[in-house]
Amino acid sequence: MKSIKSPMAGTVWKIVKAVGDTVDYGDTVAILESMKMEIPVEADSAGTITRIVAAEGDVVDDGAVLVELS
Amino acid sequence: MDAYEKLATKQAWALAGGSTSPKSAKLLENKLFVRDRIKLLLDGEPEFEDGLLAGVEKGVPADAVVTVIGTINGRKVAVIANDFTSKAGTWGYQTFIKITRFQELAASLKLPLIYLVDSAGARIDEQKLCFLGRRAWGNIFYNQVKFSGLIPQVCVLFGPSPAGAAYVPALCETVIMVDKQATAYLGSPRMAQMAIGEDISEEELGGARMHCAVSGLGDILVKSDQEAIEVTRRYLGYFPQSYSDKPPVHPTVEKASPPDLSKLIPVNQNVPFDVKLLIEALADDGSVMEVKALFAKEMVTALVRLGGMPVGIVANNSKFKGGVLFNDSSDKGARFIWMCNAFNIPLLFLQDISGYMIGSSAEKAGIIRHGAKLLSAVCETTVPRICVLVRKAYGGGYLGMSGAPTQPDAMLALPTAMPALVGPEAAVNAIHFNHIQQLPESERTAFIAQKREEYSADVDVFSAAADPMAVEAVVHPNELRDELIQRFRAYSLKKAMPFEKRNAVHPV
Repeated sequence: MKSIKSPMAGTVWKIVKAVGDTVDYGDTVAILESMKMEIPVEADSAGTITRIVAAEGDVVDDGAVLVELS
Repeated sequence: MDAYEKLATKQAWALAGGSTSPKSAKLLENKLFVRDRIKLLLDGEPEFEDGLLAGVEKGVPADAVVTVIGTINGRKVAVIANDFTSKAGTWGYQTFIKITRFQELAASLKLPLIYLVDSAGARIDEQKLCFLGRRAWGNIFYNQVKFSGLIPQVCVLFGPSPAGAAYVPALCETVIMVDKQATAYLGSPRMAQMAIGEDISEEELGGARMHCAVSGLGDILVKSDQEAIEVTRRYLGYFPQSYSDKPPVHPTVEKASPPDLSKLIPVNQNVPFDVKLLIEALADDGSVMEVKALFAKEMVTALVRLGGMPVGIVANNSKFKGGVLFNDSSDKGARFIWMCNAFNIPLLFLQDISGYMIGSSAEKAGIIRHGAKLLSAVCETTVPRICVLVRKAYGGGYLGMSGAPTQPDAMLALPTAMPALVGPEAAVNAIHFNHIQQLPESERTAFIAQKREEYSADVDVFSAAADPMAVEAVVHPNELRDELIQRFRAYSLKKAMPFEKRNAVHPV
């Protein structure tokens, strides 16, 4: 199971992809808000999104799984 | 056979290395033979070679290492290259004698030293002569440390460099690694299995990509032997022959089509942008060479030319992790600064920093001491140094990224800069916290917005410029390149040396 993880601690501001969407390396899947900056979270592998794990507004730690990919 | 025939036979045998053995054919499928690597790296054949006949009497061509002097773009260099076709490039007795003698030669002639590494490590059967004593394998590392900062030392890792040999790349200031070929680890996968029960592939444990993206041991990841060599030749063009020279200046390459930078930099300070576009726009066309591009991407370190002059750039990249400083980015910046300072390469900081990372995991990981390391590296520089405030310049990050109190030769600011102890959100919260709590819920948002606006207006760049000690000049981004070239040309006239002392006690 591949997953896309939060690169740093922060709050999930937007999830920009949905279950069933295909993503490629470098696609933005979510945007965090942290240290007063918008932090785009990019896919580090390609696949189809099978589950959105984090919800908008969630406080997440560094390494927290945001979405899962097939 | 007379003496002349003997010489010719032995030379030919040593020059062929193990390249003609059937075992080597497979090895040479994706790799170049050591002497072909050397010929490609240099402007042609080496000028001379030492120790060709070492190891010949015991049947190991050149004792598995080739040591030559030659030129790259007309400048002399010393090369130490393992021959992986000769006893797997392993280190024996004559190997380390050859390596250490050549290190000493390079240092005494003040020549850049290039290690072409492809070695299965030390020979256990020769350990009695080579491990414990004062003249032993460890002298290789001792010399690397002694000559660090004296002459450029570049490691090109084409294959393995296991266990102790892994300190060769670690002690060079620059490591170029060939993807899917180069590896470095202290304990092999088999050892990891035996000692700690970990089941892991060689590539995952110590592959080139892992080292360039995760551990930070590698600086530049390349796809092939040929690319590694091409990159090495180009890379050395930014460096002087030694600490006592200045780096070579090329003719200025003017911008073919300068972009409008006022459109590139987002005015909303919270919106990320790729600082690499700004670097490309400022540097001479085709001159940008990024170092550690895959590691700690929230900071960019790059060698460039500005008006033909080599300059090292340290820039926050808000495209990754908001450009916030972490442990790895602090390491990356500090080491790049030490390297540039050692070799007279002026430094340019492009600052867009909301701060060092906060929170419990950053604190536990030691963000304070890592941040102090970056600050200490900046404060110790003696090369020409300019800092440009691009957008945010907050708190400790402002200092770690070469703020005015760290004594750069110039502080410049773009009109989009916003230097402050903290940003408007945090400041309003800190100053007006009690008042906000007392306000009715319905009035809070409007109050906060108004106070943030007042604060932003108060800390803008023009108030910083009104204090002549904070900013030397506010510059339109489209005029920044020319301004930097003029200033670096002037500042390069200065001669500054560190205070005399034994050594600083660096935070790490």
